[in-house]
Amino acid sequence: MILSALLRRDEIEPTLSIAGATLVADVSGALYEPDSGALIVADLHLEKGSSFARRGQFLPPYDTATTLGRLALLIETYRPRAVIALGDSFHDRWGASRLSGRDREALAALQTRRDWIWIAGNHDPEAPAGCGGEAMAEMRLGGLTLRHEPRAGAAAGELAGHLHPVARVAARGRSLGRRRCFATDGARVVLPAFGAYAGGLNVRDAAFGDLFGAGEMTAWVLGETAVYAIPSIGLRPD
Amino acid sequence: MLPERFMRWFAGRGWTPRPHQLELLAHARAGRDSLLIAPTGAGKTLAGFLATLVELAAAPRGESEGVHTLYVSPLKALAVDVARNLERPVTEMGLGVRIEGRTGDTPASRRQRQKRQPPDILLTTPEQVALLIGDPGAAKLFETVRRIVVDELHALAPTKRGDQLALALARVRALAPSATMVGLSATVRDPDELRRWLVDPRRGQDLADLVEVRGGAAPIIEVHETDERLPWAGHSAAHAMPAVYEAIRKHRTTLVFCNTRAFAELAFQELWRINDDNLPIALHHGSLDVGQRRRVEAAMGEGRLRAVVCTSTLDLGIDWGDVDLVVQVGSPKGSSRLLQRTGRANHRLDEPSKALLVPANRFEVIECEAAREAALAGEQDAEAAKPGSLDVLAQHVLGVACGGPFDEDALYSEVTSAAPYADLDRKTFAEVVQFVATGGYALRGYERFAKIRRTRDGLWRVSNPMVAQSWRLNVGTIVEATMLKVRFARSKGPVGRMAGGRVIGQVEEYFVETLTPGDTFMFGGEVLRYVALVENEVFVTRAVSETPKVAVYAGGKMPLTTGIAAHVRSALADPARWGALPTQVREWLGFQQERSLIPQPDQLLVETFPRGGRHFLIAYPFEGRLAHQTLGMLLTRRLERARAKPLGFVATDYALAIWGMGDLSAMIDAGALSLDALFDQDMLGDDLEAWMAESALMKRTFRNCAIIAGLIERRFPGKEKTSRQVTMSTDLVYDVLRRHEPDHLLLRAARADAARGLIDLERVAEFLARARRRIAHRALERISPLAVPILLDVGREQVYGEAQDALLREAAETLVAEAMGPR
Repeated sequence: MILSALLRRDEIEPTLSIAGATLVADVSGALYEPDSGALIVADLHLEKGSSFARRGQFLPPYDTATTLGRLALLIETYRPRAVIALGDSFHDRWGASRLSGRDREALAALQTRRDWIWIAGNHDPEAPAGCGGEAMAEMRLGGLTLRHEPRAGAAAGELAGHLHPVARVAARGRSLGRRRCFATDGARVVLPAFGAYAGGLNVRDAAFGDLFGAGEMTAWVLGETAVYAIPSIGLRPD
Repeated sequence: MLPERFMRWFAGRGWTPRPHQLELLAHARAGRDSLLIAPTGAGKTLAGFLATLVELAAAPRGESEGVHTLYVSPLKALAVDVARNLERPVTEMGLGVRIEGRTGDTPASRRQRQKRQPPDILLTTPEQVALLIGDPGAAKLFETVRRIVVDELHALAPTKRGDQLALALARVRALAPSATMVGLSATVRDPDELRRWLVDPRRGQDLADLVEVRGGAAPIIEVHETDERLPWAGHSAAHAMPAVYEAIRKHRTTLVFCNTRAFAELAFQELWRINDDNLPIALHHGSLDVGQRRRVEAAMGEGRLRAVVCTSTLDLGIDWGDVDLVVQVGSPKGSSRLLQRTGRANHRLDEPSKALLVPANRFEVIECEAAREAALAGEQDAEAAKPGSLDVLAQHVLGVACGGPFDEDALYSEVTSAAPYADLDRKTFAEVVQFVATGGYALRGYERFAKIRRTRDGLWRVSNPMVAQSWRLNVGTIVEATMLKVRFARSKGPVGRMAGGRVIGQVEEYFVETLTPGDTFMFGGEVLRYVALVENEVFVTRAVSETPKVAVYAGGKMPLTTGIAAHVRSALADPARWGALPTQVREWLGFQQERSLIPQPDQLLVETFPRGGRHFLIAYPFEGRLAHQTLGMLLTRRLERARAKPLGFVATDYALAIWGMGDLSAMIDAGALSLDALFDQDMLGDDLEAWMAESALMKRTFRNCAIIAGLIERRFPGKEKTSRQVTMSTDLVYDVLRRHEPDHLLLRAARADAARGLIDLERVAEFLARARRRIAHRALERISPLAVPILLDVGREQVYGEAQDALLREAAETLVAEAMGPR
């Protein structure tokens, strides 16, 4: 795990300029804002596995540990002063109560000596009980507005989640598999879902059309070792 | 031996009972399980049912006394056909026996009635038996069964459907202890495998009694010869269609088998283009609308067609007496398959079946000759039996619980009485039960959501009725790729306002994913233009007189069998036998001998040469496309480590080509690269582990296992509208499970499947053992004659997994260059 973090540092981290802020787009799907030292992640969907288990689909109960593990790696790399989770941090409103003891401790360890903000999402409108941090409906960070669901129409400086963007890239006359991506037009960003079991919505879907002008969106696609900026002409629908 | 009434009936039709029919009757009377192996046309069906009919005639039964005979076939259509064939003796002898079919198409009302008033003979499919096992009325329905008939056992046994049926029948036999079993089969390599499949060793019979009908006339198999230039590559055999058309004209009814749906489409179109006599020629494959397929089958039954272009969908099925020629377009790839298909012509024992093989390219000429040789020698190379799959077992265990409470030890004994699970250990079985109950994870936590629970009396029971309901929806072992309906778009308005017209059939989702609106492709015998994807339906319009842009709509590509491969290797190695080959092929092999080498049967030829600024390595293992694909993945990893800078590879049935930046000839010459080390068996260790973990093939296999085992639910039409954000991707589940519990039951099941299936590990291992120290290397100045066909495939084949990042980078750079470049 450490090794892959080191390898990743060899690549030039692509940066996004949004509303005067410089944001590092990490290959894991997080944004880091060096000025404030904030690490921003969207749609953790913790306890999605156990949410499905309630309905008889016994997905491996390791999704929360996996997601928190990835987050821990990021925190180790960037040493952020604050972590901001852009909503849908838990898959359902009872998710926090199903956290295992070990995962609860892991989460608490990540929260020590730094600010932790839970922004409300549609899956978790209330603050997760007993999980530390501070709950907010949305927040400002310099010129940036951080919220769960992106507002329709132009919204300069907005960082949001909710849509779980994925891209299908055309290469050599065929399209590659769906990959998570940041969707941005330079004015706002929709972050990819960070959770281990979170699915995805193609950026060519109409839901993204309401946010970005035609042809103005670029998908910053998460590869295995680096992030690749693909302009909309290179993107395929599902 | 036969009752008077039966003797009269036989005599009335001018028949005498055949020895094998009487033999089976005797075995049934003695309470023995038996296996009938007979070629088509031997009166197999009547043989299978004779004991039943005699018994029912002797002791007429009242209304709804329960099912006497359970008949299972892999095909719905066959069940229907058998019902029709049985009606005749039953009516003519006035036996008053009630015969009914039960398939997925049977209306719910009749299925309900069948449970209340069961017929004497129930004709059905493996899936329906599995469903009935999970019915609380199963005990009542099956306790009266005296006879179980399994048709086309050779086709069922080696598959997951066979595993499912073996388990379900073990249950039926537990409920009906006096039942005897009879299997009906075509000729197989190892009859003992099937004989074991049919018995329950706990009842004192280790092998079913074998009744074998020998012979029938030897088939006539010809390989098409052409004066036209034989293609170097490709599989459509378009050059030979005029000859195929001539053959159709000269015969009553012809079945034209193609190896993939795409080639069936091409052949169909080509035949109609030259169909000056307007012969009734139809098309039949798995993607066409069911109604359309049924119409073709009906027309065939009525003798209204002169030819049907088809795929493996017609490998098995109803006897069509009129078929007098089978054409195989492209190499049949296996001897058993060729014999099975040839047998579709002429369903009469005393007349030879006739087949014409049409090689699609030069290499296939050799393959077709090899297949012909193997088939005439009667060689069988179909899949051998394998240990039962654990995902199927999980589905069965839940089904049993849905039918009623079970005792774990008793069920273990029952399960291991089914041949595929004979070697299943008790610990693994316990793991399967735990998996069904709570997912079977080392990390506990799902106990409160358990699907089945052990109650105080020690029996396992389903937790609530919802469990049974969702199990019923997920029964079955065939996991199709997600299929999308293909529908004509009626108006050309903007997408979204488009009205849908007639449905033509369905295509795999992954095929559509490669299309861009405006692309044309061949489907249902027409060239169609892809318009848009509207709510999970593919909207298309007709594209008149155009060559399709995307012809590749493959489905059902089978790799070359080991048996045929051995024939090909020995035929190649012996120039004395080249005389049987057409001049063009002979010349081609002659050039190969002169410029490079014709490998001996136990030799591995490896060629290296530069071409177009790149360096190529071609290896000729002849182990089939799947094994070569796996080898390609592993070899490129090793070449990467050896700093040979490989860029890609392509695999065909007989060779694989790897290309890269490093000068391989020079590296080998300088001792910087050892071919012996490159092909060393140790690649099946860490390299394999590391590759399999990330492999897309593994993920696809895992998805199938997860669905069959009930970890995730099947997607149903209508249920799919839930947003894709919520849709569970099994790839994500796979990644998480692999990291945290690499030894989980489902991963073990998936690895076992992949090793036999998409990754074909067995053949890779056999090959590496054979190739040890038998590598013949030729460093060439330029491409060798034998390498031409495979290099023509470069660019057509998929690149899997690994290269994704490279392609992403390339896409980003290309697009940027395009955007920023000079105007």
